[in-house]
Order: sequence, then C-alpha cells, then structure tokens
Amino acid sequence: MERSALDSGTPAPDFTLRSTTDHTVSLREFRRQPVILAFYPADWSPVCGDQMALYNEILPEFRQFSAELLGISVDGIWSHLAFAKDRHLQFPLLSDFEPKGAVARAYGVYREQDGHSERALFVIDADGIIRWSYVSPVGVNPGADGILTALEALIQRR
Amino acid sequence: MSNRPEIVKLTLPVGTRDHAQGRETAAVTLVEYGDYECSHCGRAYPIVKEIQKRLGDRLRFVFRNFPLAEIHPHAQHAAEAAEAAAAQGKFWEMHDHLFEHQKALDDKSLKQYAATLNLDTTHFNRELDAHVHAPRVREDFLSGVRSGVNGTPTFFINGVRHNDAWDVEILMNAIERVKPKTGS
Repeated sequence: MERSALDSGTPAPDFTLRSTTDHTVSLREFRRQPVILAFYPADWSPVCGDQMALYNEILPEFRQFSAELLGISVDGIWSHLAFAKDRHLQFPLLSDFEPKGAVARAYGVYREQDGHSERALFVIDADGIIRWSYVSPVGVNPGADGILTALEALIQRR
Repeated sequence: MSNRPEIVKLTLPVGTRDHAQGRETAAVTLVEYGDYECSHCGRAYPIVKEIQKRLGDRLRFVFRNFPLAEIHPHAQHAAEAAEAAAAQGKFWEMHDHLFEHQKALDDKSLKQYAATLNLDTTHFNRELDAHVHAPRVREDFLSGVRSGVNGTPTFFINGVRHNDAWDVEILMNAIERVKPKTGS
C-alpha cells in the first residue's frame, strides 16, 4: 500500500540533494524562512501551462513571504539543468535520483508503480514544520493558489 | 484529467476594469485568461469567435492577461500592447490582431500593428517603452493565479472554472448547462 503524504504539523524530514553537478541543497539551510517543496513527476512536461513555468512567474509573490521554492523530481542533474535552461527557471530543481525517490518516499509521495513522485506540494514554516500539503492528480497542474493561501496563513499564525 | 469534480471560482468578479464584448446583462459571461504568444490560445481564438457568433447577445466575453513571460519572451509586451491600445479605445482590435499575428510579436511588430490600427503611435510607443500598463497586466495575472488558473487558456463560465477541453461543442455544451432556462 502507498503511504500518504506527510500532513500539517509534521516536522519536515531533512534532506540533501544535488542541484547542479557540484552543488547540493539541504532543507536545513532554510531555517528561519518558509520553504515550498514542489514534487513533480518529471521534467519536460509538454504543455504551455507547465507547473514549474507557472511558479517561475510567481516567484516575486513567493519572495514577498521570504519563501524559498524548491522543485524536486527523480530526474538526473543533466535533465534538470537542460530543463531549467530551456524554461528559464529562476529557482533550484533538486535531483531525487540516487537512491531514487528517497526524499519523495520520506514525504510519502512516491509512486512505486510509476517510478516517480506524485505531483505534491508542501509548505514548511520557518521552524521546519509542515504547515500545508497537497497531492494533485498526476496529470493536473495544481496551480499556485493553495501555496499562496498557505503562506498567508503562516503569517497569521505568528 | 482530475478525478475529483473540483469547483474553482473566479476570485476577481468581472467589472468595469475588464475588457468585455457583449452586454453586461447577457445570460452568460465567458472569461478567458490568455497569453498572446501561447499556441493553445491561438487555437482557442477562432473557437471563441465561433461561440460569440452562435450565442450573439446572450454572451458576454471577457479577456484577461496571463502571460507566461519566461517561456514566451514576447507575451508580456504583447499584453501591454493590447492594454496600450485599450487606452485608445481599441483593445479588441489589438487583441484580434495579435492572435492573428502570433508569430510576430516583437516590439517592432507591435509598434507596426499600432500604426495599422490607426492608433496614436507616439503615445502608444511611449506607453509600451515605459511599461505603463505592466501593473495592470500583473493584476490580471495574479487574479488568475488566485482563481486557480494553472495554464493558458483557462476559461470561466459565469465565474466557475471550465475544467474540460475547449473545442466549440464542449464549450457550447458547458455554456448551455449554466444558461438560465428562461429567456431566449
């Protein structure tokens, strides 16, 4: 059976993943600021309304909340680099490549049958606690409204 | 598509700020969030025209900007050009012209279109160069984000997101379903 996505109130599991050939990103680097984790199935989604392209356009709004956006998929670094270059992505794509999908599994959003993650979103607060999570049907771009609402709620908690 | 029947609503109601074709009292208001450089929006353009033709007075059509500027390098400026044309009362002329010339949306072409449409080109060029209408375009974009727009084109029928395909028959059926039974 599949495990379900980690829920609000759960401490976000730390991870260290490669973002380029010689650079890694760890979740713990972002303590004291909100983090948005966007797990997605694969690079090179063929549609115009690609989820990562949309988030790229909304970075100024995410930054108003001091939030850092991290995209995560099981694709290798070279795919990520080419994809980010092609779409002009201005945020890191992390490679959950070896052991494959380990971080997605830790967050309960790995699809064993498909060999990639769910299309899942997590908003983590400045103390490293998950405050919102959402799993979209794999073929459906969840948009950004839920993320912005969750970031607004973080501010109201303080 | 989605397994769940999800109802997503337009957060910014249609109002006087919008560019609309058709009467305010029309039974159905169709809102499109679109990008002038998006090929899907280019395909949707004649489809919307056909639906407008079929429904006539019963339909009001509203277009809002949703440029994905990082993947469509001319989309933002094209949207600003349409707004600059709107400032001279020719939004729809420019909207149509842009969709009919999707392959050439560089600044030089945009300025040429302003001349073709008999706009005051000095004024138009100044506004385009100074990004006078960028805030308005961003306002449209963010209203879309908050309404669950996740790509282009996205349609709303009487304020509810249309989650299905958008060829003529499917859109017509969706519109017929929300249209009040009374009247024509």
